[in-house]
Amino acid sequence: MALQSIQKGRASTPVEPNLIDYDGTCSSFSWERAQKEELDGLPAGGLNIAHEAVDRHAASLRAEHLAIRWLGRKGSSRDLTYGELSQLSNRFANVLRELGVREGDRVFILTGRIPELYVAALGTLKMRCVLCPLFSAFGPEPIQARLSRGEATVLVTTPALYRKKVEAIRSQVSSLRHVLLVAPQSGEPIPEGTMNLGSLMEAARVAYTIPLTDPEAPALLHFTSGTTGLPKGAVHVHQAVLAHHVTGRFALDLHPDDVFWCTADPGWVTGTSYGIISPLSNGVTCIVDEAEFDAERWYSILQDQGVTVWYTAPTAVRMLMRAGPELPKRFDLSRLRLIASVGEPLNPEAVVWGQEVLGLPIHDNWWQTETGGIMIANYASMEIRPGSMGRPLPGVEAAVVRSEEGGSLEVIEEPDVQGELALRSGWPSMFRAYLHDEERYRKCFAGDWYLTGDLARRDADGYFWFVGRADDVIKSAGHLVGPFEVESALMEHPAVAEVGVIGKPDAVVGEVVKAFIALKPGQQPGEDLRLELLGFARKRLGAAVAPKEIDFVKSVPKNRAGKIMRRLLKARELGLPEGDTSTLEDDA
Amino acid sequence: MTEDQIRETVIGALRRIAPEVDPDALDPDQDLREQADLDSMDCFNLMIAVGQELKVEIPESDAPQLNTLNGAVGYLAGRTEAV
Repeated sequence: MALQSIQKGRASTPVEPNLIDYDGTCSSFSWERAQKEELDGLPAGGLNIAHEAVDRHAASLRAEHLAIRWLGRKGSSRDLTYGELSQLSNRFANVLRELGVREGDRVFILTGRIPELYVAALGTLKMRCVLCPLFSAFGPEPIQARLSRGEATVLVTTPALYRKKVEAIRSQVSSLRHVLLVAPQSGEPIPEGTMNLGSLMEAARVAYTIPLTDPEAPALLHFTSGTTGLPKGAVHVHQAVLAHHVTGRFALDLHPDDVFWCTADPGWVTGTSYGIISPLSNGVTCIVDEAEFDAERWYSILQDQGVTVWYTAPTAVRMLMRAGPELPKRFDLSRLRLIASVGEPLNPEAVVWGQEVLGLPIHDNWWQTETGGIMIANYASMEIRPGSMGRPLPGVEAAVVRSEEGGSLEVIEEPDVQGELALRSGWPSMFRAYLHDEERYRKCFAGDWYLTGDLARRDADGYFWFVGRADDVIKSAGHLVGPFEVESALMEHPAVAEVGVIGKPDAVVGEVVKAFIALKPGQQPGEDLRLELLGFARKRLGAAVAPKEIDFVKSVPKNRAGKIMRRLLKARELGLPEGDTSTLEDDA
Repeated sequence: MTEDQIRETVIGALRRIAPEVDPDALDPDQDLREQADLDSMDCFNLMIAVGQELKVEIPESDAPQLNTLNGAVGYLAGRTEAV
């Protein structure tokens, strides 16, 4: 182990952690009992995420408790209590109903982090529609692919985003019936075929009763990238709220008076599970910052808002590290009790940096879009081994496995042996489907086990350590980027013959998207064409997905079956041995 | 170095990061990140590139001053004079 583990004493935390006796809790824990003790269930019957997150608090003494404090990019702010959030989301549910939207219809939200996003998300769940938040930094192509694949009925967006990213591709999304625009300037004409959400909300009734909701009814749709093909739509059901709630208590140690800040955008699963559902279900106050990363702004939010629990990402932590140790000294961060991180493995130095500079170690945890909630974590009460993702949540069984010939699975009991990370299926927030892709879903399971596609090892004390991805998916700033999606967009350029896309290791964001392009005969590689292709990709894919680097190559290595050998591109990029190239197609 | 030269330098660096952006269409007083669809890494790369070309060290804590084109030009003009 490179760095010494960080020990915790009971006296080191100002409130008693929710999870104190890890082994005891794991052995006595049951999801059924947790559901009875922690959730209320819907008065009309069944289970609905929005009821657990908002309405049950709004109907209690906590109605006046602050649910969301929104901080605008330019210094404005807006507070929403649980009571207000309940009423506003009721109105949004009524807006959908008035429009004739039905149970199970897909409602997509493409906005920045503005209050309407949260209202619409919860109202969508109340209506028993399926919520699909999209990252607003996506370009038109990823947006179109997701709207089409997800068969969007409703899109909530802003006038600016609509004009820039949706208008041109709208005709390709045949299912889309309603486009609701947030906050057009007063008097501003809105584009044809759209409606002003503000006016609809004003006209909508405040009273709304969530109908009986089947706990197994689809509630959330999150797209995630794979190596091949278009993004996969992972479907989660209302029952997932049980895992959101419980993991918030155990891994994020949420207590009723906490001020909690999850820095993730709801366009990614973290920003929905832990930026909306889990903290609200736990009745805490959520900080929502509209602005993008800015070291000084972030420290001042932690100070001024009195943030007690902070959930962020390794890329952000590394950017804070780069901003230097002097900056945080100017701020009073004494209210902060727990820092957690997710998105990609947090390097040990960052864990220790937290301890030294912020006075608190950073608790790494691990989960995926498919798992819906935190599965493996470092806990407030438990020793941290810097670089480890921690130990499985109570109620979650994790193992390192090896696939045997014939498709069976061997669980590796021996410590420190690398294999694929697997989870015993059946936890409440497990994805229930990949939309329209039953076969791909089935391939994720072997017997009782869900195969995560991540390689890991477990040490003798049960701590898990991330090793790498089992596939070619790129992890940039904590987000998965599918190489195929990037390659496909670049292939549309008339000068391009072949493309291979890899993740190039980067000290800050983990990996940057890098494209290797072979040109068609007669095309001359050069700086102008390189910039043209870069701009071409950015316009289609958006900054979050488009490559940051483009290199021209004579040909892109493929195996004899024609599959792009991205591993080989990566080995060449890094100057590593190329390994077994026996299946490589002859270099043209 | 004149402000115009500094402006050219910033736009040149921006062009290498986000070539799809039409510099003439940018409102120099509005958030550059938003208008040019820059993510955190793009912003960082822009700051590094401009700093290198103008030979000024830009501390991370000054990054917010580069949020708009005019802000960046004003800030950098002050910094290059100081050298």
